[in-house]
Amino acid sequence: MTPISQPQQSTAPTATVDLTAQTTDEPLERAKPKVFETRDLAVFYGDFRAVRDVNIAVHQSEITAFIGPSGCGKSTVLRCFNRMNDLIDIARVDGHLTFHGVDLYDKAVNPVEVRRRIGMVFQKPNPFPKSIYENVAYAPRLAGLAKKGSAMDEIVETSLRKAALWDEVKDRQKKSALGLSGGQQQRLCIARALAVNPEVVLMDEPCSALDPIATGRIEDLMEEIKQQYTIIIVTHNMQQAARVSDRCAFFTTEVSETSDTRTGVLVEYDATEKMFSNPSDERTENYVTGRFG
Amino acid sequence: MAITAPEITTDVVRARLQGEKADVSGAAFKDLLVACLAMVLAALIALIASVSGEGIDVLWRRGIVEFMSEPFSIRPQAAGVYQAVVGTVTCAVIVAVFAFPLGLASAIYLEEYASDTFFTRAIDVVIRNLAGVPAVVYGLLGYALFVGGPFKEITGGSSVLSAGLTLSILVLPIVVITSAEAIRAVPSALREGGFGVGATRWEVTRTLVLPNALPGVLTGTILGLARALGEAAPLILVGAATSGFSGGEPGDLTGRFTALPNIIATWSKLPPRNWTGNTQAAILVTLALVLGINAVGIILRNRFEKKK
Repeated sequence: MTPISQPQQSTAPTATVDLTAQTTDEPLERAKPKVFETRDLAVFYGDFRAVRDVNIAVHQSEITAFIGPSGCGKSTVLRCFNRMNDLIDIARVDGHLTFHGVDLYDKAVNPVEVRRRIGMVFQKPNPFPKSIYENVAYAPRLAGLAKKGSAMDEIVETSLRKAALWDEVKDRQKKSALGLSGGQQQRLCIARALAVNPEVVLMDEPCSALDPIATGRIEDLMEEIKQQYTIIIVTHNMQQAARVSDRCAFFTTEVSETSDTRTGVLVEYDATEKMFSNPSDERTENYVTGRFG
Repeated sequence: MAITAPEITTDVVRARLQGEKADVSGAAFKDLLVACLAMVLAALIALIASVSGEGIDVLWRRGIVEFMSEPFSIRPQAAGVYQAVVGTVTCAVIVAVFAFPLGLASAIYLEEYASDTFFTRAIDVVIRNLAGVPAVVYGLLGYALFVGGPFKEITGGSSVLSAGLTLSILVLPIVVITSAEAIRAVPSALREGGFGVGATRWEVTRTLVLPNALPGVLTGTILGLARALGEAAPLILVGAATSGFSGGEPGDLTGRFTALPNIIATWSKLPPRNWTGNTQAAILVTLALVLGINAVGIILRNRFEKKK
């Protein structure tokens, strides 16, 4: 399962070092290759259109943030990127979403393979009711990366280290993951997602259930791993988006004039710095300055 | 609402916090609950008291082991429940072997695989109604299928195998419903976690859903099993023996058989002077057996819960 993700990960650091060294004023567009591109992406739940007209490009080794008020469909859009919406019977995705140029919703694409390359961390920490070790070993074992013994131990240790959890749990890996604190559980979930060596990590409000210290740790962690992984994060917290993200997409809801239904729309997508200092759309400005939402 | 702030002193606050109003309805409700519980307990105690007088006497006089190892007899002094115990335990094993995997598999399909359509909802309603169908009707079905019907060659007609299979069909709806509920109770966040790291549906079901649903599934199966073992009506239709017969040994699946509820029903209609004690003793044995099966189930369930 590694052949696709491996070469990109090894080339990513060199590519970024070159480009970030000379940039700051150069447009980010040219800086990094595109991982995802969407064209007129829309999601329906039955007849109800939850989100429409999403056109964005997600770049390698960057943190892309989705912000916006509740119910604007940012989580729904995030779940398109690893086909989690497939699990909802009535959900339907319209438009185009490509991953390195491959249409993710092509009939020939296997959603299980998609999710191995595009991992996910959820809003509420959801460790499995197993030991800490087994939580991390779960996906590599199913993917056949390693079975048992030292090979698996190594994967577990590496993943826990990447998630900045190793020092806290190395002596109690066989203990239940449910005994960890909320922040530790969330970092365990990140370790679990990193264990299969994905290329992208999707984070759906990963800090909303955590206190500021645990939140800070996760933000540091994202900063550390972003050389190796492309990250998309949904967040309610504008400061968080401003702190961690390179690019930012602002969604809002539009109430239909004929019926009382709300549909999420993408208002603006740009470099985070521009979004927070000089947004092109008035609605974005109102939101980031706290006048709305 | 203009309120003049009352002077706040320790005494004023204490008086307010201690309150004056007695919670009459709350206390009455609690008493009502206790009364209901007492009625339930009274019914249970009445049951045990009514069977323990002569029953314990018989078990004591003849010895539990002897009573349980003697076959059917027309002489009350010699009659035992050996064949009935064998029949009931064999039925329990057959039900566990057939109804448990079939019911669990159906529940897994309905909950994890089938999409929510009119068809699956209809199936759900039908299964719920099947759980309420009288046992006699299942007895007729068992007769039609296993005793006189297409499976006669395999079951040997009126046999313990026919009885066990009939009871399996009887408890299937209960097993499916309770298993489905146990599976539904597994948090969807757990499934998402599994799917999110690239597990297939089968892997999520096998490694995350089933281990967490198993205690609930076992509870349902045990309840179903306990109900099945107490049924006499369907076994009468399948042909449980009501008089002495030879055979009824463990492992004889296709021979004649009887079961504890049927022996109780038969003996209770015989002259009271000779048979009341035996009937009561048979009831006590049945209660003990059901209790034993429940205990096994509870131990299994606790083991699975600890494993988590």
